[in-house]
Amino acid sequence: MSTTTTRDVARPAPAKASKAGPRRGLRGTTLNFWLFTGPFLLGLVIFVYVPIGWSVWLSFFEARYTVTPSKFIGLDNYRQMLTNGAFVDALVTFTVFAAIIVPVTWALSLGLALMVHRLRFMKAFFRSVFFLPTACSFVAASLIWKMSIFSGVRFGLANTVLGWFGVENIAWLADPDPPWYWLVIVTVRLWLQAGFYMILFLAALQNIPPELYEAAAIDGAEPGWQTFRHITLPQLRATSTAVILLLLVAAYQAFDEFFNLLSKTTWGRPPLVELYYTALGENQDYGAGSAGAVVLTLLICVVTLLQGRLMGFGRGDESK
Amino acid sequence: MSATSNSNWDRRSVLRAAAGLAALGPLAACGSNTGRSGGGSSGESLVQYFHAYGEAGTEQAIRRYAKAYDKAAVTTQWITGTNFESKLFSALLTDNAPDVFEFHPQLQMIKSGQVAALDDIIDPVKDDFNPADITSHTVDGKVYGVRMIDDPQFFFYRKSLLEKAGTGVPQTLDELAEAAAKLTTDKVKGLFLGNNMVAPNYALVWAAGADQLNAKNEIAYHTDEVAAALKVYRKMFTSGHLLLDAPADYWDPSALVQGLTAIQWCGMWAMPVMQQALGDDLGIFPFPSAASGAKPAVYNGGWSMFVNAKGKNVDLAKEYVKWLWIDQKKYQEDWALSYGFHIPPRTSTAESATKLKSGLPAEGVKLFTDYGRFDNVSWTQAMISALEGVIADAVRKGKDPEAALDTADKKVNRELKNLFG
Repeated sequence: MSTTTTRDVARPAPAKASKAGPRRGLRGTTLNFWLFTGPFLLGLVIFVYVPIGWSVWLSFFEARYTVTPSKFIGLDNYRQMLTNGAFVDALVTFTVFAAIIVPVTWALSLGLALMVHRLRFMKAFFRSVFFLPTACSFVAASLIWKMSIFSGVRFGLANTVLGWFGVENIAWLADPDPPWYWLVIVTVRLWLQAGFYMILFLAALQNIPPELYEAAAIDGAEPGWQTFRHITLPQLRATSTAVILLLLVAAYQAFDEFFNLLSKTTWGRPPLVELYYTALGENQDYGAGSAGAVVLTLLICVVTLLQGRLMGFGRGDESK
Repeated sequence: MSATSNSNWDRRSVLRAAAGLAALGPLAACGSNTGRSGGGSSGESLVQYFHAYGEAGTEQAIRRYAKAYDKAAVTTQWITGTNFESKLFSALLTDNAPDVFEFHPQLQMIKSGQVAALDDIIDPVKDDFNPADITSHTVDGKVYGVRMIDDPQFFFYRKSLLEKAGTGVPQTLDELAEAAAKLTTDKVKGLFLGNNMVAPNYALVWAAGADQLNAKNEIAYHTDEVAAALKVYRKMFTSGHLLLDAPADYWDPSALVQGLTAIQWCGMWAMPVMQQALGDDLGIFPFPSAASGAKPAVYNGGWSMFVNAKGKNVDLAKEYVKWLWIDQKKYQEDWALSYGFHIPPRTSTAESATKLKSGLPAEGVKLFTDYGRFDNVSWTQAMISALEGVIADAVRKGKDPEAALDTADKKVNRELKNLFG
């Protein structure tokens, strides 16, 4: 009885505790949540969403030499940017750049990851060696590429090597025909970013269960290309999708190497460089620059969504 | 008391508060770095922007002058890289804009109210300035900006290499192309016009007998002679006789000094370094005539000091500009002559500049006087870029010069319409 009584009396206690406990916990969690994320959310709103909103607002106004809207002009800025050959050319430049850099970086970083993954010794060393360029800034790397490796004079590294084989000096960046500048731009970005994506692939490779390879071996699968094609590559699908998405977004945001390697050209300007010159370097036309930025943002969103849909980004394993 | 303390300042609360403060720190920091120091003896402070000059000692000199000013603490932002214009333009739209800055006279800055008229400080000494410098800074009768230095740009050449190649000093653009061909060897290129070839573009237009704009502020650069000169430029570009992609650009004397080229377009600022390296084996000549009957040309570049009209302390900024660039003649002379060679815009200072009285510097002054042309205040940044686009398209990309000039016309006309209606 006493036990029962105790039970009867005691029963509500956990219920009470269970009511009060979570409330206290929730309050604590909520407070902690806002304490830690609040300042960053505030920063995000102030420094990202407000400027985006302001930029959209500005794109419908004339705003030259000022970021304060002066005269409503409707869609004129959009018309100007989309009929402005330079901005459209910039989108073409991006397409060429993305068409080269995305598959090449994907293949190179995957190749490096496979190589490092299979190493039996000095794994950490090679992982660090390939990853280290990620720590270098695009500006510094561009200047090294421009002034040391691909300088057009006879003592530039590339020209020195070519000179050993009797090849004349090449003006890598000055002459757009043939467009050697693409080689300079692509190699600098490859050097800088391949290591980062290698790490992503390496992590994904380490997550592939070894049992899969063992089962395949028992079934008579040849190691090498057959195993890679039928086991490794499908297992890396989610990572590959994410890597390609990141590479595409990074290609859209390309600025530093183009700006530093190709000054005062009318070619090889990706969208961000073109917008930079429209809004800052030349025209100080912040209305037109904002319209271009809105167009570019929409384009990135559409491409990202399409790519996600095509490659299944974000889908769970069960839906594959 | 103790109970209250315990409940408010337990370990968790302290940690939460610390985390909150730490998280707010970066936000607070975003607005705190204004580049301004605490203020001088009077507690006032000013910020000045300078682009990074190539001559050794210039940064220290500017900071030294600023330190000597006792009515305000003047902070100098010495902006390296090639994006001085962009940094300046963007800064001028914010509350952290510089109070004073160096730049070139450009109408859009005046029309948009970014720079203050300085007649009150210039008027008493206006007659002592080079009249062309005053004209290039005058809009509607008001003078904006105080010229600090005049920088003529022309060709520098190695006398011995020209003698060896059996070529004289080029008198026409065609002769310049021929000389470049004769001077080119497997080690040395004949000519260096800068990595993107835009530096002598004003001189090219003038030497072809044209101008950027006419007196009515209409396009004046689009002529048959300019198109023909662009074709010669294109021929030089494809000939293999030009130095391209040099590690340092036209403004740096290293291409000539290191023996990469026999002739280089550069400014008089580099003359001391070239003379030190090459001694008497150095000559200069203007951009040669590019059309029948047209005069050779020299671009009289330079830098001027402007006051931000929307700054926090315009009067103090004006007072500082007056102090440094009008009253302090010793600093002006030091700035013009102690690092590179620049021509002082004040006649009285120029007359006492003994370093420019003889030899090659005197020849430079003569070219400045005989063939020099100054900035046109109506020729703005967008127009500058449009003409640079012509060089990129017609010379380096091989586009028909007429088509390249047409493209530039559209941009320049849009800009002219914005400025003059």
